[in-house]
Amino acid sequence: MKNEGETAERPDNTAFTQQRLPAWQPILSAGIVIPGFLLIGLAFIGIGVGLFLTSQTIQVLERDYTGFDKDSPCFSCTNPNTQNCTCEITIALSELFKGPIFFYYGLSNYYQNFRKYGVSKDYYQLTGDTKSFKSPQESCSPFDFDSNKNVIVPCGAIANSMFNDTFELYHIINGTKKQVPLDGKGISWWTDYNLKYRNPSFVNGSFAKAFDGTVKPINWPKPAYELDLTDQSNNGFLNQDFLVWMRRSALPEFRKLYRRITEGDYSAGLPAGNYSLTVHYNYPVLTFDGRKKVFFSNVSWMGGKNDFLGIAYLVVGSLCVVMSVVMLIVYAKFKFSDDDA
Amino acid sequence: MHIYKADQEPAVRSLGPENLLLKGATLKNTKKINGVAVYTGMETKMALNYQGKSQKRSAVEKSINAFLLVYLCILISKAVVCTTLKYVWQSKDGQDEPWYNQKTQKEKDTNMYVKMFTDFLSFMVLFNFIIPVSMYVTVEMQKFLGSFFITWDKDFFDPEIQEGALVNTSDLNEELGQVEYVFTDKTGTLTQNNMEFIECCIDGFQYRHRDELDGFTVTDGPVSKLQQKAGLEKEELFLRALCLCHTVQVKEDGAEETPGDQVDGVDGMFPQPEEERCFIASSPDEIALVKGAMRYGFTFLGLESKNMKIKNRQNDIEEYKLLHVLNFDPVRRRMSVIVQTKSGETLLFCKGADSSIFPRVKPEEVERIRLHVERNATEGYRTLCVAFKQLSAEEYAVADTGLREARLALQDREDKLMAIYNQVETGMSLIGATAVEDRLQEEAAETMEALQGAGIKVWVLTGDKMETAKSTCYACRLFQRGTELLELTVRTLEDGRTKREDKLLELLRDYHRRAVQDAPPVKAGVTRSWSTANQEYGFIIDGATLSLLMNPPRDADACLYRNLFLQICQNSTAVLCCRMAPLQKAQIVKMVKNSKGSPITLSIGDGANDVSMILEAHVGIGVKGKEGRQAVRNSDYAIPKLKHLKKLLLAHGHLYYVRIAHLVQYFFYKNLCFILPQFLYQFFCGYSQQPLYDAAYLTMYNICFTSMPILAYSLLEQHMAIEVLLDNATLYRQIAKNAMLRWRPFLYWTVLGIFQGLMFFFGVRFLFSNPALQDNGQVFGNWSYGTIVFTVLVFTVTLKLALDTRHWTWINHFVIWGSLAFYVFFSFFWGGIIWPFLKQQRLYFVFANMLSSVSAWLVIIILILLSLLPELLLVVLRKPRGPHSRQLSEETSTYTDRWLLSHPSPISI
Repeated sequence: MKNEGETAERPDNTAFTQQRLPAWQPILSAGIVIPGFLLIGLAFIGIGVGLFLTSQTIQVLERDYTGFDKDSPCFSCTNPNTQNCTCEITIALSELFKGPIFFYYGLSNYYQNFRKYGVSKDYYQLTGDTKSFKSPQESCSPFDFDSNKNVIVPCGAIANSMFNDTFELYHIINGTKKQVPLDGKGISWWTDYNLKYRNPSFVNGSFAKAFDGTVKPINWPKPAYELDLTDQSNNGFLNQDFLVWMRRSALPEFRKLYRRITEGDYSAGLPAGNYSLTVHYNYPVLTFDGRKKVFFSNVSWMGGKNDFLGIAYLVVGSLCVVMSVVMLIVYAKFKFSDDDA
Repeated sequence: MHIYKADQEPAVRSLGPENLLLKGATLKNTKKINGVAVYTGMETKMALNYQGKSQKRSAVEKSINAFLLVYLCILISKAVVCTTLKYVWQSKDGQDEPWYNQKTQKEKDTNMYVKMFTDFLSFMVLFNFIIPVSMYVTVEMQKFLGSFFITWDKDFFDPEIQEGALVNTSDLNEELGQVEYVFTDKTGTLTQNNMEFIECCIDGFQYRHRDELDGFTVTDGPVSKLQQKAGLEKEELFLRALCLCHTVQVKEDGAEETPGDQVDGVDGMFPQPEEERCFIASSPDEIALVKGAMRYGFTFLGLESKNMKIKNRQNDIEEYKLLHVLNFDPVRRRMSVIVQTKSGETLLFCKGADSSIFPRVKPEEVERIRLHVERNATEGYRTLCVAFKQLSAEEYAVADTGLREARLALQDREDKLMAIYNQVETGMSLIGATAVEDRLQEEAAETMEALQGAGIKVWVLTGDKMETAKSTCYACRLFQRGTELLELTVRTLEDGRTKREDKLLELLRDYHRRAVQDAPPVKAGVTRSWSTANQEYGFIIDGATLSLLMNPPRDADACLYRNLFLQICQNSTAVLCCRMAPLQKAQIVKMVKNSKGSPITLSIGDGANDVSMILEAHVGIGVKGKEGRQAVRNSDYAIPKLKHLKKLLLAHGHLYYVRIAHLVQYFFYKNLCFILPQFLYQFFCGYSQQPLYDAAYLTMYNICFTSMPILAYSLLEQHMAIEVLLDNATLYRQIAKNAMLRWRPFLYWTVLGIFQGLMFFFGVRFLFSNPALQDNGQVFGNWSYGTIVFTVLVFTVTLKLALDTRHWTWINHFVIWGSLAFYVFFSFFWGGIIWPFLKQQRLYFVFANMLSSVSAWLVIIILILLSLLPELLLVVLRKPRGPHSRQLSEETSTYTDRWLLSHPSPISI
């Protein structure tokens, strides 16, 4: 019979307390690492080649239309006093621009990622909460009330600075302009459109009435409930352009999706020929030395054109292969000298 | 309670240190005592000891503080750089307040300098995550939980006392892996403190008890050849002296059921089943002597109301009236009793160290006995000399009054007592000497050898005679046959005609030349050369010389002496300090502790006299020995036996150090590459303090996503198996001098963190040169950017730890893969719901959308691999061959440098 106290004093003889848990002890020996590096290297080179070739097939057409230079077509519009200015940019395609084509506008030296700018919105307004139509969040300041103390809806700097240049693309066939239909559906995130943002409910069967007692953002030409009068599902806070704008860019040089060319005669792409892009020039950028651009691009499985990924994979892949070779040489040298000893 | 009774003359009693009960004492052998509380408060021994303990900080903590300072500088400079650049940048036209981001009236009105200051503070807040606050929590948890492995270790369990190791502090676990000097007590630590009476010498004749197994209880008839040598009278006098001159108490209770129950001060019980009594004494030597006397026929029966009873050879009971006990103290190194025989004779018996007895006896008697004493001492026995003196009535009267007066003196009582003692203990006649053996602890030699192999210098600090201590050192293999001994003792000093001070300096110079200057230069730092070709030196010093050395007559020499002494000691493989007073032990420890390079010291001891050095050293270890619990109580760690020190240092200490060092470096690293992208992002967002990561990620990063794997690592990692660590003591040298937390490895980790941070940020930056990353042409925004960086970060940092982990238990698997899975799950969850309490649903579906993009996947994969590539490369280049643990010890020096850079090398068992 064992003494009780004795067993209580004695430490438990378990694998854990004795630090003897069964353990896997990985050895990153040369025999594993060299083939491993080689395999990873080859795989990366493969992916890199794929990425690079894919990126090369993507066509991109890029035009700066800021009008900074005197001889550029939009120079006349840069004068802040001109109203409803339009300018035209001609585009000549020598070959078919394969569809579906995505039409982006791009801004540079434009800081959508300013911290104060970024928080300057009222999420509750944007979910259609009419209570917050009366008292916007403080973060919207100084874009929360107009000079007459009326609430601005949607309030805040982001909404106020919404990009408002509009574009029309014409295909010039034998001197006549044929408008290319631009598709504005599905350019924003599905979740933004369907879940995150909500319009206020109709008041007395009128959407506009829901905005009673509020004013439009100062820089907007028309109130939110008139953003798209032709299509109620694209109106108000659910306007796709608005949603795209509200998703802040990461870097001061960015592009945002404007339209897609997917319809009618141009669903297969833009055939070779001359095109004219009519720009309704409203958005001032020269005051802060910004630039405006338009991009036409088609996309692949990896998204838009970006050579970086392909090159990075190729470089890292070859690095791995080179290193595995170097290691093999070192290994062989050391191993044989070891065997001799 | 009445102290004064009306009808009684007030009794006067002196109260001295021997009456003092310290806080925490346990009452034993009596039902009650009357006590007076003299003092309670911060200056009680316990409180003082407590203070002493709390000041111990480990070297790792010092490193942490240094690193913290560096990171604080990084933090401040980051904030300063950003603030400065912000205002430089804003001075350009149109940048400060573009029309789309106008300021409020309040902001416009704010003073420019106030704005600058608030900007600076905002940047500080933004970057403050670089300071690994959570590290402190993790370190504390690691230390607290980690220390359980010491208490749990069954190798530390001693079946004899039914106890395992005890951890009194968890702050010093890693210090066990850093020890450079071990100061060990001899008695009870190196030796068992299990005294056995070996032989005695009476009047110059040697008596040896040949058969140790001989019955102890034989009281009638001679058991040795006592009769054949000295005269019967002398012999019996000697044995009576042994029986009378002590403070042993008899415990008559034969049915002792709890033999392990030892309490302070009254330890050393020797319950013998065949014996009816056991003795209780503060020192095991006394018990050994009383038992020795018993073996020769004189049995001490006990003390009854001032009467000592002895059963002599004829089985008669002799009674002696105990008049005075002249207590033992380490300075006098002797004790005496004054007894009165039935016939009215007054006798004084004195026993003590030879050095303290010889000057007090008639010189002609000394020579015969000195021979024996010295031989016994060389053999490693503890020797005591016994002397006696017959006091005439007048003499006694003088002594009696003197003692009483001195005892009652209110001032300088000790000095007065000492004077009386010295006065009484003179002109005695030497009757003999005893030799008591103290056997070596189990595996003492192996342990010492392992410690020396680990590059630890072992110093033996003892109160014993030099010869005794020296032979113990040889037995422990601290001194080898080839070791050249450099002695600096009273004897060597008095050899010449010169003055002691001059001789001291001369010897010091000489030894210094031999041990330091002539020795090949020893490389500083970690890779010390330890070739056996070098002449090994052992250094011996005694207490008297040491005090001369520490307090030389001329103050100016103190520094010189001390330097010479330290340098000699540092070049000696083992140092023996004998004849040490407890305070001197602490002095030595302090001196070494504060010497150049401030080496980490460890003291190990078992007795109350070791407490001061245990408290003084960086790490104090108490041995649960026979001399009570004081040492254990004041220690940081307590182990049952000396042999456990080996595993405690070589295995536990090494592992703890590696674990915590890695933990610290890893924490700094992971916070650096966490915050660096956020810093870089400021250059792309107009220095507007825009966070790169969502607030949830910022808070959860250190708390949830990356905390558990490193905690598990820091508790379970065994970069080398415990057996390998124990078998190859040299491995301990790899981590000596805080090797993994020096500036070089710190720089390596910092560079790694910066490299990875740059990779994370710019990799994604180049990807976002075209933010249309989905095959439906939609673009990603700033939160997608941050989430991609954060995903790469969490995976890289966790996988980096996975690469460093050499010991994958199921727990490691669980927490590493679990953390990553949790991150993914949390991101889905956090972004999958519109949280009612959030003002901005900025991460809503960001993570899910990111995963729908092939490009995002590809960039995450390549960035993780690219960030880990240098690490992988290093692992391979460090060990071009398949590693073998057996070769390791020879290879270590070659690979140490690389090994130190980051973490332990891969080892296979």
